[in-house]
Amino acid sequence: MGIAVAINQIKDMFAVVMLAGIYGLVSASFFVTLDAVDVAFTEASVGAGISTLLMLTTVAITGRTEHEASHKPMLALFVVMVTGGLLIYGTFDMPYFGSVDAPVQNHVGPRYILDSMQEIGVPNMVTSVLASYRGFDTFGEVTVIFTAGIGVLALLSVVRRPEDDTAIEAINDSMHEKHLILRVVIKTLIPFILLYAFYVQFHGDFGPGGGFQAGVIFAAGIILYAMLFGLSVARRVIKQPLVQLLSAIGVLIYGSVGVVSMLNGGSFLDYGVLSADPIAGQHLGILLIELGVGVTVASVMIIIFFSFAGRSEYQQAKKGKSL
Amino acid sequence: MDTLLNLASSFCLLLGSFLCLSGGVGILRFPDFYTRMHAAGVSDTLAAAMILIGLMLQIPETLVIIKLIIILLMTLFISPSASHALGRAALLNGLTPVVAGDKNHAGQTTEVGDNPSKS
Amino acid sequence: MIIAATLAILVVMVLAIIRGVMGPSLYDRILAVNMFGTKTVLLISLLGFVMGRPEFLDIAMVYALINFISVIGVLRLFEAFTAKHNGKVVEPAQRDL
Repeated sequence: MGIAVAINQIKDMFAVVMLAGIYGLVSASFFVTLDAVDVAFTEASVGAGISTLLMLTTVAITGRTEHEASHKPMLALFVVMVTGGLLIYGTFDMPYFGSVDAPVQNHVGPRYILDSMQEIGVPNMVTSVLASYRGFDTFGEVTVIFTAGIGVLALLSVVRRPEDDTAIEAINDSMHEKHLILRVVIKTLIPFILLYAFYVQFHGDFGPGGGFQAGVIFAAGIILYAMLFGLSVARRVIKQPLVQLLSAIGVLIYGSVGVVSMLNGGSFLDYGVLSADPIAGQHLGILLIELGVGVTVASVMIIIFFSFAGRSEYQQAKKGKSL
Repeated sequence: MDTLLNLASSFCLLLGSFLCLSGGVGILRFPDFYTRMHAAGVSDTLAAAMILIGLMLQIPETLVIIKLIIILLMTLFISPSASHALGRAALLNGLTPVVAGDKNHAGQTTEVGDNPSKS
Repeated sequence: MIIAATLAILVVMVLAIIRGVMGPSLYDRILAVNMFGTKTVLLISLLGFVMGRPEFLDIAMVYALINFISVIGVLRLFEAFTAKHNGKVVEPAQRDL
């Protein structure tokens, strides 16, 4: 909580971003001590990793200090405090944290825990709940991520002119010898990072992992490459139309699994009818939708980073300053 | 054999914790950014390696040992590169190291060649 | 012995945070955050062993990568930012920190 107060008060954006990274990290450690491995994994990769990177790119565009507020927002503060007070009042009726007779422990929880192994046959219960029992919610999450990507594209995409390209390429060539050691080290590391993303993706059935974390790790590898070798080089490796297509294909894979289930006689996203043996059908369904989730998350993160960083480069090229 | 492994593991863990603590104290007590970076570099790389080796000797399972080896290799690659990047960025942006001819903490200037007074 | 190592790492993390809050220049703070990150990697591995759950090693690996990428990101950003202001290092107003 001290970190949250500090984030609110400090006006230097760099320090705020660093503090936000530490906050995500402390949350991840907190989840680790609560023995929640998948949540800690997701928090470490998304909250402490990609969020920090994307906020850094935003700070690059906006500038380093926060402007003074022109007026004190008294009315907004009052509304927030009343709403917060009502919410806290509402929690007095809820059962204590972790108590044995709470409804969440009695109806749905035991059924998932006891029946998950027979019905779905996947050792990691979090994956089975996320992908099969609550598959429709996960579909909504993937669509939300896809929408965020489309929103960023609609607002921030930049028309690149050829003269900007040559200026930017000259900058990148001059950076080469400044960053020589890092470039050599990272060339060795990046294949490993991408391979690790694939491992997390397909190992999500047995250990912590799954589509979201894998997509984030893959995007982080690509962002590392783009940061050190220059945005234009990275854009030539990962072409923009390809990435946009991939983000749509991920959601499409997810939806098609649901539609194919319907065509096979079950309801939407009922994996049991996907093959002769219901358990094999569950495995196949979970594999395919995790693949769709991973592809969409990776491409949307890459799109967001390229849009933000491209905007910042465009600003600099327009001003005519050289790096 | 078992006690030998346990002994070696405890020794490595102890050494690792000691190096870690000394790095932590160093990062607080050293007077300048570059010296602090040296302390942090020692604790990041060597202490981490010692602790990971100590953990490796504890559990005989193959998969866990392989994962620990991978984390060890990654740390050995990553920590020196990060220190290098940080030091280079600081130097190129004008953060100068403290040398003997500068003002000491009490604010008196010392000439090069004088005995610097204790701060 | 593992518990002793865990306690030692917790102490070092607190020391690193103190340096992060105190450090007079920006680079001290980045150094402190980097050290905090590598200590967290070790802490998660040790906690995994203490609690008997070797799956935590995956989290440790992810966090090592994320820590590295964040530090490189901050440094690149700072370099681009300094270049945008024509080589002058722009510090925020002194009253804020």
